[in-house]
Amino acid sequence: MQWEVVIGLETHAQLNTNSKIFSGASTAFGAAPNAQACAVDIALPGVLPVLNRGAVEKAVKFGLAIGAKINRKSIFARKNYFYPDLPKGYQISQFELPIVAEGELTIQLPPSTSSGQGYEKTVRITRAHLEEDAGKSLHEDFHGMTGIDLNRAGTPLLEIVSEPDMRSAAEAVAYAKALHSLVRWIGICDGNMQEGSFRCDANVSVRPKGQEAYGTRCEIKNLNSFKFLEKAIEFEVRRQIELIEDGGRVVQETRLYDPDRDETRSMRSKEEANDYRYFPDPDLLPLVVDEAFLDAARKTLVELPREMCERFEKELELSHYDATTLTATFDRAIYFDRAVMSLGNKNAKLCANWVTGEFSARLNREGKEILFEATRDKWLLVDPASQSSKQEDLPELPISPSQLGKLVVRIADGTITNNIAKKVFDAMWAGEGDADAIIEAKGLKQVSDVGAIEKIVDEILAANPGQVAEYRSGKDKVFGFFVGQAMKASKGKANPAQLNEILKKKLAG
Amino acid sequence: MTLALDDVKRIAHLARIEVSDQEAEGYLKQLSGIFALVEEMQAVDTTGVEPMAHAQEVTQRLRDDAVTETDLHAAFQAVAPQTEDGLYLVPKVIE
Repeated sequence: MQWEVVIGLETHAQLNTNSKIFSGASTAFGAAPNAQACAVDIALPGVLPVLNRGAVEKAVKFGLAIGAKINRKSIFARKNYFYPDLPKGYQISQFELPIVAEGELTIQLPPSTSSGQGYEKTVRITRAHLEEDAGKSLHEDFHGMTGIDLNRAGTPLLEIVSEPDMRSAAEAVAYAKALHSLVRWIGICDGNMQEGSFRCDANVSVRPKGQEAYGTRCEIKNLNSFKFLEKAIEFEVRRQIELIEDGGRVVQETRLYDPDRDETRSMRSKEEANDYRYFPDPDLLPLVVDEAFLDAARKTLVELPREMCERFEKELELSHYDATTLTATFDRAIYFDRAVMSLGNKNAKLCANWVTGEFSARLNREGKEILFEATRDKWLLVDPASQSSKQEDLPELPISPSQLGKLVVRIADGTITNNIAKKVFDAMWAGEGDADAIIEAKGLKQVSDVGAIEKIVDEILAANPGQVAEYRSGKDKVFGFFVGQAMKASKGKANPAQLNEILKKKLAG
Repeated sequence: MTLALDDVKRIAHLARIEVSDQEAEGYLKQLSGIFALVEEMQAVDTTGVEPMAHAQEVTQRLRDDAVTETDLHAAFQAVAPQTEDGLYLVPKVIE
């Protein structure tokens, strides 16, 4: 039997406000336990929540960025359940009327061995609503007790719910990455997955290919890396298919992914609690977003990925493929954009080749990704597989956008050949300095002196009379041999165009 | 809609309220009375009336995104049953 996989994602993006969603306590990460949990956050009797304008603005910005409908009136509701890290006994969330409704996000699937050609797909986003985060439970080392830190309680979250539009783990990952890129792009979330600022729940089901009705789904909770998201979905799909093929039935339930054992497990304790008895929170009035508020939010929006992509195609004359590849992640897009700024539009294509080529290849080889930290204006190297490293501990990217720009300029103006540039790039990556300094120190300047190239060519022709005769008798292919010899003799520095011209002239006799 | 004794016990459990069988019987009567009242109200034609989320015709005031609170955890924790290293301690909860 052929099976089709159906996936929908619920993503929690922590909004990067200074203060909490309903109180004036700080949201800074890493404070001493409970130092940032005020009377509202710990639910002392008599306190009242007051909504943070910044959180509303960020939610609206997200809605605008995905072309969604912004509900002019939205309602906060209480989601009731008991857990020690939820002091009020309910979470303030939005239920019937969320602030953002019906948007969409276009994702890019790269060419791969399993899916063949790359393709684009639009994933519908059902809604995005504002809610507060819970505190943290620490289960170890308190002589049989659980420790509760409420610093995170009340941190603003935007829960983004997709339609079940994804049909493979790869599509789910592409969607999560595009969303992650977008929230960082528009500056509403720092996207730090190690610190839990961006985490996904995946709803997964399978159905026989061609069947319209959805199968029974399971929800996998709290996936905080793209790798885990992919592995958890792949495991869950296998589990469900095997279960059904063995005559069993999938039971709707919440499951947890265990990365150590690479499997998902039923989370039974959540089952009976799944009756949240939502009702409108009487402490909060309906939230009304008027035209002026929308306009103000619109004005703070930066150029969006799809807009930047169009600009790259139109103004920089890049191909659609190059433009979409370059704007697939916030960091690479900004990197490229800044590199081009430093060297001028006319060399954009060459610069794109370098960013998608040598630069990306180097990152792939080292298993690293670049990270732009806007607040410090720093470029960092991050290991996407690592869970532990803090942002301030990350190493700096050895080649800044303007440094890469300077290298590309030297190729464009004929100072070095493209091949020599790779050597310079390696030296720059190793921290040996700017392109110009390396070219100078290593004597890598391209030889464009006609006399010097002629001298090399003369010597080679003299040393290889056999090949010269072959060429002159009509064997054009030998031409490559001469180019190779001349390049070797010039240590790769001969200007290729000039070399070709001189060779042709001399060989013609 | 009719309510059974099991429903009462389930609602009590969800709200973490301990009720004896005898109390549950009493609540069943009271809750059924409320439900009957609601049923009566259902007879009113509400076509075209927008559902209310709040009893007052006012909208939510917003505050600026600024940190205004200071660290008062020592004062708060003075009345907590048990604390350690700044953490509130509660009976062990584990998945």
